[in-house]
Amino acid sequence: MKSKVFASFDEAVHDIPDGATIGFGGFAVVGMPVNLYAALSRQGARNLTCVSNSARGGATLPGDAPDMGWLIKNGQVKKAICAFTAPTRASQRFIFSEYYEKGLIEAELVPQGTLAERMRAAGAGIPAFYTPAAVGTELALGRETRRFGDREYLLEHALPLDYAFIRAYQADAFGNLRYRRSQRNFNPVMAMAARVVIVEVEEEILPVGAIDPDDVHTPGVFVHRLVKIPPPPEGWWPQRPADLNAGGRR
Amino acid sequence: MSERAKGLTRQQMCDRLAMEFEDGWIVNLGVGIPTLCSNFDFGDKLIVFHSENGVIGYGPLAAPGREDLHLVNAGGQHVTLRPGAAVVHHADSFAMIRGGRIDVTVLGAYEVAENGDFANWKMAGQKGGGIGGAMDLAACARHVFVAMEHQTRDGRPRLVERCAIPVTAKGVVNLVVTNLGLFAPTRDGMVLKEIAPGVTVDEITAATGCRLLIPREVPPVRMVR
Repeated sequence: MKSKVFASFDEAVHDIPDGATIGFGGFAVVGMPVNLYAALSRQGARNLTCVSNSARGGATLPGDAPDMGWLIKNGQVKKAICAFTAPTRASQRFIFSEYYEKGLIEAELVPQGTLAERMRAAGAGIPAFYTPAAVGTELALGRETRRFGDREYLLEHALPLDYAFIRAYQADAFGNLRYRRSQRNFNPVMAMAARVVIVEVEEEILPVGAIDPDDVHTPGVFVHRLVKIPPPPEGWWPQRPADLNAGGRR
Repeated sequence: MSERAKGLTRQQMCDRLAMEFEDGWIVNLGVGIPTLCSNFDFGDKLIVFHSENGVIGYGPLAAPGREDLHLVNAGGQHVTLRPGAAVVHHADSFAMIRGGRIDVTVLGAYEVAENGDFANWKMAGQKGGGIGGAMDLAACARHVFVAMEHQTRDGRPRLVERCAIPVTAKGVVNLVVTNLGLFAPTRDGMVLKEIAPGVTVDEITAATGCRLLIPREVPPVRMVR
């Protein structure tokens, strides 16, 4: 079998075509594929549909660190599918909002649990499902609902991905993954939903079998390409807020 | 405007809601004011905090310099884990929510209507919005509590007859705390259950945009000793 281990992020994303639908894992920077965002902005594929919890990073990376904003500024994004398509505080500004408000990109706003379940369903071979979330809201206008028992539910469709870009703590060479703490978040469901899964890995890539089968969170069956994140400053790593404020790079 | 809104502090507001949590409850706190509920001293009660990003059983904020960069709560704050904590992925985290395992969620809001509708994801005139997990939580948690200031910054009421901005869920709010008191939406209107110290019923009526049901005796808001 061809090795899943790639020497660089650029190699791992070299064939992403225009028009691809890509899921980006992570929640508030934790588990966010920062290095793959940077590589995709260099690679330049356009007309992308980007799926992510939110369109921006958080406090453990510098404000100019790679996130969906890099792709948007680069003119690569056609549409974003997110649980946040506006800042939650009036004082916040994101690149995403500037482009969205001017109509330069499209966006689909999805409740967070529905977003996760739509990808899980895609990975599990289920085309659609009903959920009570968003019933009676603006998001349900004109859409199919159905009563089961005494409750109304909203029909939601599976969200298959062409690619998932995710970040993991450990990987073996077959692509078995372990996440650490809240790094898991969307990463396993995006890996299930995608045809090609590209992983940035924090620790040295381990020999096959080094992760106990009971400790594998995403089986290598779902995983296609692995890249070890180089140490800073070549690779992007989150930092403690105090260290960032002290002017540390990456 | 005064330095601080009249009545309860935000911590006192959250303390009052936290008093309602029962032993063994699984609690989900929204971003903003509701996070202060975790500062309450629960004594012998076991309260398990669930965060939408799949962290079950988190503890206090990490001390500066001791943050685990792999561990945040729903607000992106670096928290700690309590003994017995567990981590799951997003689909399982929301399966817990939809599956009815969350005893209470405490959320912030822009508006709460007297019938229990509430709005917290889209400001007036805004394109897009920030839903996060609020719609799933509001539709599925066993209890929905709201903590918010009684009025907007420019003095408009947040307790209203009908929400003017898009709702998060309909008819789900059980209890609302504001700086002026504790309220419960009902079929007949908004019941004033407790009043903040130093605040009069007339002041509350003047600052409220919906029908208020005011019992003959309104007790003061229960406070931490």
